[in-house]
Amino acid sequence: MEDTTREILERVEKLGKIDTLELAAELNVDHQKIVGAVKSIQSAGDIINCEQCTSKKWELTEEGKAVVENGSHEALVFNAVPVEGIAQADLMQSVPNAKIGFSKAMSGGWIMIDKKAEGGPRVFRKVESIEDLVQQSLIKLQNLQLDGITDQQKTDYKKRKLIQEVKINSFIVTKGRNFSLTISKQETDLTPEMLSSGSWKEHTFKPYNFEALGVLPDSGHLHPLLKIRAEYRQIFLEMGFSEMPTNNFIESSFWNFDALFQPQQHPARDAHDTFFISDPMYADETKLPADYVAKVKKVHSEGGYGSQGYRYDWKLEEGKKNILRTHTTAVSARMLYKLAQQEKFTPVKYFSIDRVFRNETLDATHLAEFHQIEGLVADYGLTLGDLMGVIKEFFKKLGIQKLRFKPAYNPYTEPSMEIFGYHPGLKKWVEIGNSGVFRPEMLLPMGLPDNVQVIAWGLSLERPTMIKYGIDNIRDLIGPKVNLQMVYNNPICRLDRH
Amino acid sequence: MPTVALERDLLYERLGQSYTEEEFDELCFEFGLELDEVTSENALIAKEQGADKAGTGSDKVIYKIEIPANRYDLLCVEGLVRGLLVFKEKMACPVYKKIPPTEGSTMQELTIRPSTAAIRPHCVAAVLRNITFTEASYKNFIDLQDKLHQNICRKRSLVAIGTHDLDTIEGPFVYDALPPEDIKFKPLNQTKEYTAVELMELYSTDSHLKHYLHIIKDSPVYPVIFDKNNVVLSMPPIINGEHSKITLSTKNVFIECTATDLTKAKVVLDTIVTMFSEYCQDQFTVEPAKVIQTDGSEVVYPDLNYRHEVVEVADINKKLGIKIKADAMASLLTRMCLKSKAIEKGARLIVEIPPTRADVIHACDIVEDVAIAYGYNNIKMTIPKTNCISQQFPLNKLTDLLRPEIAAAGFTEALTFSLCSKDDISDRLRKDISTIRAAHIANPKTLDFQVARTMLLPGILRTVASNRKMPLPLKLFEISDVVFKDDTTGKINYKHQEVVKILQCK
Repeated sequence: MEDTTREILERVEKLGKIDTLELAAELNVDHQKIVGAVKSIQSAGDIINCEQCTSKKWELTEEGKAVVENGSHEALVFNAVPVEGIAQADLMQSVPNAKIGFSKAMSGGWIMIDKKAEGGPRVFRKVESIEDLVQQSLIKLQNLQLDGITDQQKTDYKKRKLIQEVKINSFIVTKGRNFSLTISKQETDLTPEMLSSGSWKEHTFKPYNFEALGVLPDSGHLHPLLKIRAEYRQIFLEMGFSEMPTNNFIESSFWNFDALFQPQQHPARDAHDTFFISDPMYADETKLPADYVAKVKKVHSEGGYGSQGYRYDWKLEEGKKNILRTHTTAVSARMLYKLAQQEKFTPVKYFSIDRVFRNETLDATHLAEFHQIEGLVADYGLTLGDLMGVIKEFFKKLGIQKLRFKPAYNPYTEPSMEIFGYHPGLKKWVEIGNSGVFRPEMLLPMGLPDNVQVIAWGLSLERPTMIKYGIDNIRDLIGPKVNLQMVYNNPICRLDRH
Repeated sequence: MPTVALERDLLYERLGQSYTEEEFDELCFEFGLELDEVTSENALIAKEQGADKAGTGSDKVIYKIEIPANRYDLLCVEGLVRGLLVFKEKMACPVYKKIPPTEGSTMQELTIRPSTAAIRPHCVAAVLRNITFTEASYKNFIDLQDKLHQNICRKRSLVAIGTHDLDTIEGPFVYDALPPEDIKFKPLNQTKEYTAVELMELYSTDSHLKHYLHIIKDSPVYPVIFDKNNVVLSMPPIINGEHSKITLSTKNVFIECTATDLTKAKVVLDTIVTMFSEYCQDQFTVEPAKVIQTDGSEVVYPDLNYRHEVVEVADINKKLGIKIKADAMASLLTRMCLKSKAIEKGARLIVEIPPTRADVIHACDIVEDVAIAYGYNNIKMTIPKTNCISQQFPLNKLTDLLRPEIAAAGFTEALTFSLCSKDDISDRLRKDISTIRAAHIANPKTLDFQVARTMLLPGILRTVASNRKMPLPLKLFEISDVVFKDDTTGKINYKHQEVVKILQCK
């Protein structure tokens, strides 16, 4: 290595500039060694300047090298055909790559086949002898004698995977600012001895590389989605909302649908949208408040509380069916019912962020389970303007200032609004949530006073997370297929910054 | 959400003006629709059958518009245009009338036989007189029936629609349920007669009809409607007869809807007649029909009910957070096809709910329509005055205290699925599934959703498996819920527990 370095430096001094490829050929040394030496000289300071150039070279593949040694496939095939001919079946077995060789030999006019021969198709020599042009050309290529080989041939051999084009990075080396024939060893440490003896004045020191990343500290990491969840929790708490107990994935159809005035024939209650539990199949009937169930039954099947109702046969059996909850609104229903049983009504602000389950078709942005964010306010005389206002404040904390509301439909809210926000990062309007005022048919059977309005809104946790981190496939965010490196690299979560 | 595909230029023609795509998108936004996709017949063919067949259709622009699930009156271009024109105050909402037959003729009659009670008890009927179909309106007529079948009829299980050329059949009609061997007729688009048994066989491979066979297949009797001369009109909910097929030259249409849900049958019938009476000579009129129930009583259909609700102006203003006078509110509602008038010196409104607005079942539906016509985005945003001291759910608070501590100790958080396969919590951990008190899913689409997890370990192990190429050590943790069956109370129940799981791989 030392010698190579000296050689390079001397030549640069003598010739002014050198080409690493040429030098490698001249010294009969592997090019990579020269490059290595050049790089180590570079690291010692401004001794040389390097200019990178890329060149292409033709190289033989393994198969190509085999051809050089043994002859091309077609030549082998030709040689395997004796004067009296040979059965095609036998010929195919006799040499490697017989199939390619055979078709090449045929198209080259070297052999011919008699399909009607006795005992099966028979192959005969068509010419007396052949010239193995392919082998000859490849030998020439190997020796870097490229003249006489046409582009057509090169393309052909590349197609047959006999040669490949290889990119070579080489360097033109010239004198640098501090050119010298010797490289002094650079010190990496300033020791107390150097300081006290004064010898530090004679040493050159290796500069600090502030570009290097260094060893990362040993650390743990929180999951990106849960970091965002923590931020949303903070936002709700800042706005005075209390957290609902949502630690029950399994819910009865009654609380998930019926209490919310969602009719029993509604498509969302179908087996292909909802996960039903086979064991335990039914919820404990004794835990459902009987008089409330009767009121719910009545409002569905006959109406009441100012409503026409849906006018169908409501069945308790359907309501008892256990399911994996399809929305956390089921918990909101439970909480509102509990609130209504209080002797005196007190206004509340509730929120929840937890898992919900949908049995829908899965694709890049949909999974069977995801997280729903929900907020609600129950108070006397709340207006639609209040709902829009609280939604505005909520999304302001997420850095979205411009909002538009669109009429929508939910079975349990009226009026209902889809929320659209102008996303400063994506620079376009996107749907960011759903909202509405809970229907009287849901609230009045619970026993809430009739001048109490409940306004609510919700969104999914995954969608804003995927937008924020630029993730296209939801499986890259939750589940076992998450790349842990992504989790390691994930920065702190600042929801209001885009 | 249901979508309708409409040819853009025909739509604009009916609306009486052209819009740019942005303008139309904006109109949809205001009204509560969504312009889901702008495509063409060729583009749709290319998507479904491959680009090589794309030249066969037209390049005319098609708008695919998403309709709210409870608005059956917007499922066809006729109704959609009507809704938008009334919304833009370019036309008044039509008044739909029941006009009994002219002097000398009587109402069409249909009798329901008791045997239908076992399989499909209800039937409603009506007549559209002196109707003129064009190719376009004929196609829309079929499409609307299809859309209704898919949506409110819940894939024909709740209601099935049959439409017939009245001039090819003769009333009175009978709706009966007979053993399949006894039903024989030439069904639509066939050339010979089949028994119902043979039809079940024939349609078992039909990509369109095979999905409905199960509704009646195993019943000892199949529904069937026939006329005075025993001509079969239809075998609901499967197929109509070829004999009474509607063509472009049909002038009088007999509509029958059989059902297991009478309320929905009435809504469906009302929808069809209000939408397509547009093409009757006497526009927006329907000829009623008499349906004789199994107890002998007679009911006249369609309902075409105009309901009235009285609402408080001050109450609506308060609920929305706006302040408008009674007359202004009345004209807003009229724009939503809810014709209204101020009464009691402007304290109240009397609102007329037409048969096309079956979705309005409570005063709150009226409140929403006031807001839509006012414009949601014109309402002033205010902050609720509700003052509450917030509380964290203790379990979540504890979790959020533990998580950073465990991470600080060098562990990385995993987030895994709460559903998994049976093997994941049993065989793969060398346990017997019958000893595990897990909650089982009845209708999983794949193995991955067979049970709710009883432990966090399988999920974390899978995370390790997917990250085999990561440098060691791998230190993972998760704090989340698992689900157990709770047998302690003697009743089958379920319990959820939060578990902390830490895994270290070196």
